[in-house]
Amino acid sequence: MAEIVSLDEAVERAIHDGDAVAMEGFTHLIPFAAGHEVIRQRRRDLTLIRMTPDLIYDQLIGAGCARKLIFSWGGNPGVGSLHRFRDAVEHAWPVPLEIEEHSHAGMANRYVAGASGLPFAVLRGYNGTGLETLNGGQESAPTIKPITCPFTGETLTAVSAIRPDVAVIHAQRADRSGNVQLWGITGVQKEAVLASQRSVVTVEEIVDDLDPRPGAVVLPAWTVSFVAVAPGGSHPSYAMGYSTRDNDYYVAWDAIARDRGTFTRWLDEQVYRVPAGQL
Amino acid sequence: MTAPQVREVSEVTYTADEMMTVSAARALRDGMTCFVGIGLPSAAANLARATHAPDLVLIYESGTIGAKPTQLPLSIGDGILAETADAVISVPEIFNYWLQPGRIDVGFLGAAQIDKFGNINTTVIGGDYGKPKVRLPGAGGAPEIAASCREVIVVVRQSTRSFVERVDFVTSVGYGSGPGDRERLGLTGAGPQKIITDLGVLEPDPRTFEFTLTGLYPGVSAAAAKERTGWDLAVAAEPEIIAAPSPVELDALRSFSRESQ
Repeated sequence: MAEIVSLDEAVERAIHDGDAVAMEGFTHLIPFAAGHEVIRQRRRDLTLIRMTPDLIYDQLIGAGCARKLIFSWGGNPGVGSLHRFRDAVEHAWPVPLEIEEHSHAGMANRYVAGASGLPFAVLRGYNGTGLETLNGGQESAPTIKPITCPFTGETLTAVSAIRPDVAVIHAQRADRSGNVQLWGITGVQKEAVLASQRSVVTVEEIVDDLDPRPGAVVLPAWTVSFVAVAPGGSHPSYAMGYSTRDNDYYVAWDAIARDRGTFTRWLDEQVYRVPAGQL
Repeated sequence: MTAPQVREVSEVTYTADEMMTVSAARALRDGMTCFVGIGLPSAAANLARATHAPDLVLIYESGTIGAKPTQLPLSIGDGILAETADAVISVPEIFNYWLQPGRIDVGFLGAAQIDKFGNINTTVIGGDYGKPKVRLPGAGGAPEIAASCREVIVVVRQSTRSFVERVDFVTSVGYGSGPGDRERLGLTGAGPQKIITDLGVLEPDPRTFEFTLTGLYPGVSAAAAKERTGWDLAVAAEPEIIAAPSPVELDALRSFSRESQ
């Protein structure tokens, strides 16, 4: 049953060194405040899982929180590279980063398998790509394998389930019992929460009643571990109905992240020196 | 990034990028369903909707179907896409229910590297996979868009760096190593039908599936296109001279760019 706590307490209790953590939100509702709190608490050796690493994982990777990244598209949307991600892959700075990469369709289906309590999902995908070769081999645990349909004999692709220790998402709101409601582009958040052992949900606000919204996803309180209020907690991403995407910030991030020095100063000023509860 | 080249034809001045975007927009027919990649493809698809194809259905991988943005989105999930969409659905659903069964007419993709069989690399360049010279963003939705849309159009600036004999990594399959490969791999769509560049248009040879220069923009020579291609580019006997952007096309494109700034 969801406990409503402060963000620093939620992160403290839910996320531990070495955990596999999925912070989801497909362009919309990205849980930046929670990500910054993880950096502030100096978590280490995390396996970070996310379809689109975006600025949030550029920041966590640059801060040295991650040992491994599982993802499907690692760019700054419409702007260019994620420079901290590239520096980690190309030069092992600040620490080496192991990567496991998939396509969006593959990642989405891996979450579906995790949420469904199944060991794998089936799709038509990857055939002939380098990703199939990379992830089908025996060097590490394979995550892509061919599978024969038992009804038609057709060869399809199986992808292994993702089962994170913790899912972290941002939603528009929760009620006082901890039922969570999100709407607009809802991405893979429902699947990520249901696939995970624990979850942290930051919300714009807590309300008395969750009146219905078109297309909303509701996560009942008993599927969520912690709810924390973090108004504006998805900035520079956005929360439909509360804020708009700060496209200027995404553009400005390119210069901040390009250089180790400017990034380190950003970390210091915007994260480490910010007291708990004010991120 | 190439320096903008300004050309003047019948008093209309435009850049090479504008010509490319207009040319890509013209490749989309009204009423089509189009899976849109971000960047150049998104600009072209929105231009098509604003000009000759008002009923073009724009589908973004964020789960927005039938988006009608009035300004160019920076990402595939800007709020304006969700606010104007006919339907907003989850990410597993967009790939499993909509893309995978072959419901979508055209996939509109960009590329960092592309080879003569239309295979696309957006993963790594140089070195080996574990220690690449350049780490690119990766696959995103592209492998399955390239596999399952009924056809694919690629929009990419042409240079010897981007147009290579063989891609360093196959992120998304075009025609593999030639005829028969798509069937052998079980890819359900027809594959890339056009590569639209800042110099002209390439189309696959119907027999060999090797991309051949079939169209050139005003003032661009086949020799210039060959020079900016990393393989021995075949040229059609008489490449079509593609019309310069009309004032209507340019106005629509520029008003989009202004509003996005």
